[in-house]
Amino acid sequence: MSTTSDNRPLSPHLQVYRPQLTSFLSIVHRATGIFLSLGSVLLAAWLIALATGGDAADCMDRVLGSWFGKLALLAWSYALFYHLCNGIRHLVWDAGKGLEIKDVYTSGYIMVIASLLLTAAAWAVAIL
Amino acid sequence: MAEFRLPKNSRVQKGKTFKAPEGASNVKTFQVYRYDPDSGENPRVDTYEVDMDNCGPMVLDALIKIKNEVDPTLTFRRSCREGICGSCAMNIDGTNTLACTKGCDEIKGDAKVYPLPHMPVVKDLVPDLTHFYAQYASIEPWIKTDTPAPSRERLQTKEDRSKLDGLYECILCACCSTSCPSYWWNGDRYLGPAILLQAYRWIVDSRDEATGERLDELEDPFKLYRCHTIMNCTNTCPKGLNPGKAIAETKKLLVERQG
Repeated sequence: MSTTSDNRPLSPHLQVYRPQLTSFLSIVHRATGIFLSLGSVLLAAWLIALATGGDAADCMDRVLGSWFGKLALLAWSYALFYHLCNGIRHLVWDAGKGLEIKDVYTSGYIMVIASLLLTAAAWAVAIL
Repeated sequence: MAEFRLPKNSRVQKGKTFKAPEGASNVKTFQVYRYDPDSGENPRVDTYEVDMDNCGPMVLDALIKIKNEVDPTLTFRRSCREGICGSCAMNIDGTNTLACTKGCDEIKGDAKVYPLPHMPVVKDLVPDLTHFYAQYASIEPWIKTDTPAPSRERLQTKEDRSKLDGLYECILCACCSTSCPSYWWNGDRYLGPAILLQAYRWIVDSRDEATGERLDELEDPFKLYRCHTIMNCTNTCPKGLNPGKAIAETKKLLVERQG
């Protein structure tokens, strides 16, 4: 059996598995984590520009104040709240709670709604 | 590193179509993954139209009907036909389950039938489970004791016995492990939900005296900690068990052990 295993095809996986809420929220958690680690570089750049002042601060203001800058900040703020809310969900799981499938779905929907509301609230505070 | 595309020899091609018999009015279409190791060709998907007025209710009934009446080369594992042996585990309608307990009427549209995902295929719907069984053997799934054998059975309280509920029912069909993206990408070293549920079954058994060694054995970045609580495992278990919870409880015990 195992002598010919090198020639055996690999059965389809991502290609055929029906998208699940469970794995979808999980991969988004990882994606937001990677995205946030890139954002931390921007955060550091922004702080350095502030500390330097002058041209550097003006330039940073213009970039972040442009429509593209605002869109990027919106994406980063949502990523932050998604990662935060889902991180809390993970903490609850690590305590051994909320692991029945019904609860996993409920907490998943609550987490997505909470992250959207927190993003909206943060921007409301920033704009007003 | 995760390889998201299928290797060249695994990409699925279009196969043959077998029409329903004349006059069949209640036709369901089954799209079935086929791979013939003797042909040297890539896997393909064959289409079978089945007259459901003349067929049992389960997907396994349809597969047996196809094999008996249409295409005897179709190859799959099956035995008990009542969800207790785990032989007919496969990917049906996009999720892993047992063909014998999955009703054809639960599937909207064409029924797509594939082998368990991300496994080496021996033939058609038969995956090579050698590595999965080797991983099972690695957790030493038997009672281990230091104390001398008593003159009668080793007794358990009802409470201790009830800790095995939801664990002993596992039939090792591999539906959960092969639904887990972590097992797809790291299955060479990550034990996967089925084997970890089995490991937990021995860890919580009050009669077992090797609990500490069992936990130490799992203290490994890959064997246990590739579980990221994705929960596809529990979502797909055809027996309604919760491997995700068993793994979370194991992680808790390891924290206590180190604390």
